[in-house]
Amino acid sequence: MSEDLSRHAYWRANLKLVLWCLALWFIVSFGFGILLAEPLNTIRLGGFKLGFWFAQQGSILVFLGIIFFYAWRMNRLDHRFDVDDDEPVVEPGVDP
Amino acid sequence: MSLQFMTYLAVGLSFAVYIVIAFWSRARSTGDFYVAGKHVHPVANGMATAADWMSAASFISMAGLIAFLGYGGSVYLMGWTGGYVLLALLLAPYLRKYGRFTVPEFIGDRYYSNAARLVAVICLIFISFTYVAGQMRGVGIVFSRFLEVPIHVGLVIGMGVVFIYAVLGGMKGITYTQVAQYCVLIFAYTVPAVFISLQLTGHPLPQTGLGGKVAGEGVYLLDKLDTIVTDLGFRAFTEGNKSTIDVFAITLALMVGTAGLPHVIVRFFTVPKVSDARRSAGWALLFIAILYTTAPAVGAMARYNLTNTIQASEVGAADANLVYADRPQWFRTWEDTGLLQFEDRNNDGRIQYYNADNPAFAERAESFGWEGNELTVDRDIMVLANPEIAELPDWVIALVAAGGIAAALSTAAGLLLVISAAFSHDLLKGIIAPNISEKQELRAGRAAAAVAILVAGYLGWNPPGFVAQVVAFAFGLAAASLFPAILMGIFSTRINRNGAIAGMVTGLLFTFGYILAFKGVFFEPLIANTPENWLFGISPEGIGVVGMALNFAVAWAVSLAGEPPPEKVRQLVEDIRVPRAA
Repeated sequence: MSEDLSRHAYWRANLKLVLWCLALWFIVSFGFGILLAEPLNTIRLGGFKLGFWFAQQGSILVFLGIIFFYAWRMNRLDHRFDVDDDEPVVEPGVDP
Repeated sequence: MSLQFMTYLAVGLSFAVYIVIAFWSRARSTGDFYVAGKHVHPVANGMATAADWMSAASFISMAGLIAFLGYGGSVYLMGWTGGYVLLALLLAPYLRKYGRFTVPEFIGDRYYSNAARLVAVICLIFISFTYVAGQMRGVGIVFSRFLEVPIHVGLVIGMGVVFIYAVLGGMKGITYTQVAQYCVLIFAYTVPAVFISLQLTGHPLPQTGLGGKVAGEGVYLLDKLDTIVTDLGFRAFTEGNKSTIDVFAITLALMVGTAGLPHVIVRFFTVPKVSDARRSAGWALLFIAILYTTAPAVGAMARYNLTNTIQASEVGAADANLVYADRPQWFRTWEDTGLLQFEDRNNDGRIQYYNADNPAFAERAESFGWEGNELTVDRDIMVLANPEIAELPDWVIALVAAGGIAAALSTAAGLLLVISAAFSHDLLKGIIAPNISEKQELRAGRAAAAVAILVAGYLGWNPPGFVAQVVAFAFGLAAASLFPAILMGIFSTRINRNGAIAGMVTGLLFTFGYILAFKGVFFEPLIANTPENWLFGISPEGIGVVGMALNFAVAWAVSLAGEPPPEKVRQLVEDIRVPRAA
């Protein structure tokens, strides 16, 4: 079976990636930093209580990781589905 | 060299750099003026976005907020950074692909309606003016403290500088000045932080210093801080005071609001490609994170230093409190500004600083012969006073002054640009007079920028009593109006004109009404601003989240009841979803 390389499939793959990334975004900030902060505070990371660390340092670092990861994966998707914009604009009116 | 001379030198040099850049990057077309010709490198755009985003509030106020709120300050740290994830994943690449000049323009095209565009313009203008008034005020305060000129003179100088590079250079001038301003502000922020962290914990990195041990003692800084503040009746630093649902709502409102702020979104219109827009959001957050991960360390260390200066040894011991006559020089300087106040209630000539609102501790305090808290500290002075408290060299203090001004000016310029673009591009060219030439539009844009600067200056000169109270508005309204409209415009092909307009208006009116009812602003609040009265226990700061939910719900319901959008709109949506040009 050949891979579905339609625009539709590209969009579905993108949505899947976005949802995974947003799940992680939610877990580190709203999960670890807020909802679970109290139980996590019983665990220590050096001088930090873990819940406090996620709220003031950790979540920001994970956010950074998420954005660069998404940018990297999307570039790969763009190439796989041949929809990247690495070349200058295609002639107007001609479908790629 | 005196401190004042050095401060003039630092501020003067930084101004000279901004103006030189402005002349070098003059705008020659509307494309230059609105989106810097779309030639900005993603890393440079990341830096410019960071400077655009980090305002006087981030530079001056945030560490002070954290110093006194402790864990409670986390809502700002997560809220003002997490929005970039939403921006990078949900908005920036698609709006860049759309490829025009403004946010209202996208809303107008996607919902095939000038009415929708007009609603977006109104939201944008309200959000941006609220924000810019605070910036101009910040410029005035920094000037008056460090250069010892009246606030008004500082304000006029600041307006003059913004005028030169915003009107002349448009987005192009602003972008490259912001890159320079980022360098100034981040250097000014981190240098004192590194010094203080070294003094206190021996760690050169404030981020690890915060988790390190106090130098010469075997105790962790945060544990020690928890102990010394709870000994004085305050809440432990690492614990919060708000209900979980409110912390949740405020954080989410700030995140979504950040992603919906027009002056931030429009920065991603300036990069050459869609893939650049994604990467650029990462660079922006990296440059922001340098300051945002330093701020908690600055806050905690400032609180530690302040408490230890006043309460030198065991609470209750006769000679533990600082003698007022022996107060350090920084204490005197800040007393002059009125931002630090001492009142000797028990006439013992010493300073007692404790939480008098804590009934259990107030009783203990009485047994020491204390008759109330004697020190009032404005939290805004923590960053500015920090280098003095830590006895750092004069050049560091001069640098902090230049940094504070850079933070305020860069944000003000970005805001003024989106305001002027909303007038010249959306209102004039888009709705009122579509036939004007590019030259005329460019001239109108410059005139609008000039007028916007005058209005902003006026607001900074006569700050309406409510500036501080309406900050919640900017984020709440962005979260409840613009963000959902843009998001649904990209991720749904079913939302139609009526749905979008009904959704935006509902979100806007609900959020506006809720904040007005609790905060008053133009009149006495209608309802007391206390948790018992709040809807679901959510404070006005976090209510934008409920407004957003209403916006989504109404937009869906109205759209499903009506016709789907026309075919050309479906094609527009399909087109912005892929990076390659069709």
